[in-house]
Amino acid sequence: MDATQAIAVDHAAGHGDAHGDLMLEGHDGKLHPANLQHHFVSAQQQFEASKLGMWIFLVTEILLFGGMFVAYAIYRAWYPELFESASLQLDTVMGAINTVVLLASSLTVAWAIRGAQRDNQKVLLWNLVATVLLAGTFMVVKYFEYTHKFELGIFPGEHFELAPGTIDVTGAEVTGTRPVAELAVEGAAGGEHAEEGHGREGPIFSNPRAGVFFSIYYVMTGIHGLHVLIGMVAISILAWNARRGRYSSVYYTPVENVGLYWHVVDIIWIFLFPLMYLI
Amino acid sequence: MDSATLKVTTQATDGYPSGHEPVHNYLREPRPPDDVRGLARWWAWIKLWGLTVDHKRIGVMYLVAVAIAFSIGGILAIAVRLELFTVGPTIMDAETYNRVFTMHGIVMVFAFIIPSVMATLGNFLLPIMIGAKDVAFPRLNLLSWYLYVLGMAFAIASIYTGGVDTGWTFYTPYSSSTGTFVLAMGLGVFIAGFSSILTGLNFIVTIHKMRAPGMTWNRLPLFLWSVYSTSIVQVLATPVIGITMLLLALEIVLGIGIFDPALGGDPVLFQHFFWFYSHPAVYIMILPAFGIISEIMGTFSRQRVYGYRAVALSSVAIALLGFMVWGHHMFTSGQSPVSSVVFSMITFLIGIPSGIKVFNWVWTMYKGSVWLLTPMLYALSFLFLFTIGGVTGIMVGALAADIHLHDTYYVVAHFHYVMMGGTVVAMIGGLHYWWPKITGRLYHEKMGIASAILVFFGFNLTFGTQLILGSQGMPRRYYDYPDMPWLQPLHQASTVGSWMLALGLLIVLVNGLWSMRRGRFAPGNPWGGATLEWTHTTSPPDMHNFHRTPLVTHGPYDYAVLFGEASGDGHSGNAPAPVPDVEVGAPQQPDDSFDDGTQQPH
Repeated sequence: MDATQAIAVDHAAGHGDAHGDLMLEGHDGKLHPANLQHHFVSAQQQFEASKLGMWIFLVTEILLFGGMFVAYAIYRAWYPELFESASLQLDTVMGAINTVVLLASSLTVAWAIRGAQRDNQKVLLWNLVATVLLAGTFMVVKYFEYTHKFELGIFPGEHFELAPGTIDVTGAEVTGTRPVAELAVEGAAGGEHAEEGHGREGPIFSNPRAGVFFSIYYVMTGIHGLHVLIGMVAISILAWNARRGRYSSVYYTPVENVGLYWHVVDIIWIFLFPLMYLI
Repeated sequence: MDSATLKVTTQATDGYPSGHEPVHNYLREPRPPDDVRGLARWWAWIKLWGLTVDHKRIGVMYLVAVAIAFSIGGILAIAVRLELFTVGPTIMDAETYNRVFTMHGIVMVFAFIIPSVMATLGNFLLPIMIGAKDVAFPRLNLLSWYLYVLGMAFAIASIYTGGVDTGWTFYTPYSSSTGTFVLAMGLGVFIAGFSSILTGLNFIVTIHKMRAPGMTWNRLPLFLWSVYSTSIVQVLATPVIGITMLLLALEIVLGIGIFDPALGGDPVLFQHFFWFYSHPAVYIMILPAFGIISEIMGTFSRQRVYGYRAVALSSVAIALLGFMVWGHHMFTSGQSPVSSVVFSMITFLIGIPSGIKVFNWVWTMYKGSVWLLTPMLYALSFLFLFTIGGVTGIMVGALAADIHLHDTYYVVAHFHYVMMGGTVVAMIGGLHYWWPKITGRLYHEKMGIASAILVFFGFNLTFGTQLILGSQGMPRRYYDYPDMPWLQPLHQASTVGSWMLALGLLIVLVNGLWSMRRGRFAPGNPWGGATLEWTHTTSPPDMHNFHRTPLVTHGPYDYAVLFGEASGDGHSGNAPAPVPDVEVGAPQQPDDSFDDGTQQPH
């Protein structure tokens, strides 16, 4: 639209470059807060609108996961023993580590918002960086969990590799395909995994419906992981902008909103962890 | 480049009634610099519109896209009707028929009717009606248009790659095993869902946070109460169809088996998920239409809309009740009898707020000065058709009757009475009503009246016969009816009706295109409306809507306050406000003292 011209304003000069220019001259010739969009009346209105928008978006996130939680609840009610024995395959220690990591990242992101509110650029920037690193740690742990399961032939749905000799739901007997046979031997040989109790053992491998649990596990943790990745990108962008001094106590709406998003990602994991790993 | 040719492109306001010329007509401003000529100028225009964040331009772009989708869906519907004209194959084979009716359903539901009123009239009117410059998130608004177009592109691309034959409901396990392009289609629905969510989110925030001073909740035009209720449904229901389509896609690609009984899954769960979205979605379709009818009823009865709060809150009630009735689509699916009974009872409850609306609209006309122009004719058609749609809905909501009527043409006729007789008729009425505001031109009144009459009778001929067909046992989605040859005359009547309906709709299209070139220029307030888009903007509005944020001092239907006469509301005498004494489209008396487009000559 019309070119806005940045001008030096006295009270902005005191804070210097850290804040950029606080006021800009609009096409009506008057001064407006630099971050105030044209169609809002005041910075207050803009902040409240953005925040309400974010909350509504988070409601849609809850409903998105809500559908999957419903699927979980139904199949858990249908196949309680299956869910119990299948959850033994999940690594509680790794899950617990990830829970702590995510909780810590919620702390750092809240701390970052506090930093912005108090105009402490250092606190803001380093807490954002810490949040990204913690999120990265979460994904790395998740990577090891997933690859370990793939090694054991634990795949979702129809690709779940049942133990040879199991009668599947169609009534046919599972003849050990080559990779499964190898894995079974590996597990029996007492490798590293077997010591931890996470080899191919347990009743789950002879349960023809085992795939249902792992479908839900992979879909829910997968979509959750996707949200973590998106959060990492968003927080990285925030950190980049924070380094250039874009946020201050006057304007920190994006930090606040991404922070809200991050808390929801955290909360969803808080529900996923006990439902999948513990019970 | 000489200055004479430059002049031609810059003069845009000639022809508007004196005193009603838009200063910065949003259709023409912002515009490319005058020294950009030829192809570069076309490209500059495309960029200006394609990257615009102006809610009015986005609304117009939605209108074009939605009209294209409606035409595609309509042609497919004509083909379906033509096939059923005679017993035996008429114009296509059975497999083609399956794809044609599926594509008709998908295009009409996801590409046309869900965004129809919300994204076109809603986008255009919402900020103006509350006295704001734009929606709260203009860039998100543009993004939602592109997401919608992308989703629609997926849907239409799959027509060329052979189409989908599952019916628009994508029921598993057939949809995960048919081998047609369900994957692309599901992805299209998924993407279009995001567009719907973003629109709803945007509208809720805008209504909450952007209202002009004096625009209290009780002064909100009823159209916006409908838009608000619809937005709530869009935000709460659409994520569920998103995850459903995602799970369906994963089922097809990875075989996750959540809906596959062979792997321990449950296909009925898919139906629950699907209808948890798709039942509330029918209120996404119909609620905005209620809003349009409220506006038209008030303005063209020259009287305050009766029972304002009841009409407003019944929209919210319908939106909330709509989340608790999805099981009535599944009475024959084997769900537990207890839940069927509960779903059936809550379904009946929906009749209460719907009835409140219908009775209040009728009462609005009572002792009013009913002004039978095209928008009012469409609104009256709506009252008639929606009532039939609603009452037949109660009938299929009754458990015992539904066992007989489930999956017959009775159901088809019922939801076409609501969706087409309700939403489409209201939308066309609304388009006529706001056409001067959107384009700055008046449509041709006689053509409008002719189209309203053709649409009304054509519609009843098409779908009234289908009510009979259904109760005689004609199943929906069937290619042929060889063992029921006595139904052929009814099918033929229905098909002839569809031609009549198509002709009526064609006239609407011609009228619109004609008026954009030849229609008379509109004054700011041709109908004497009392909402802000009529009283505080020109036709078409300026690019920023208002030069100053308006101060709202009266309700949306206070015609008496605005036009100095009694309003028939019982508080100020019993006479309705007068019908504006204008030859529609004639220049109104210029008022030198103050011009906001509100002056009505007496």
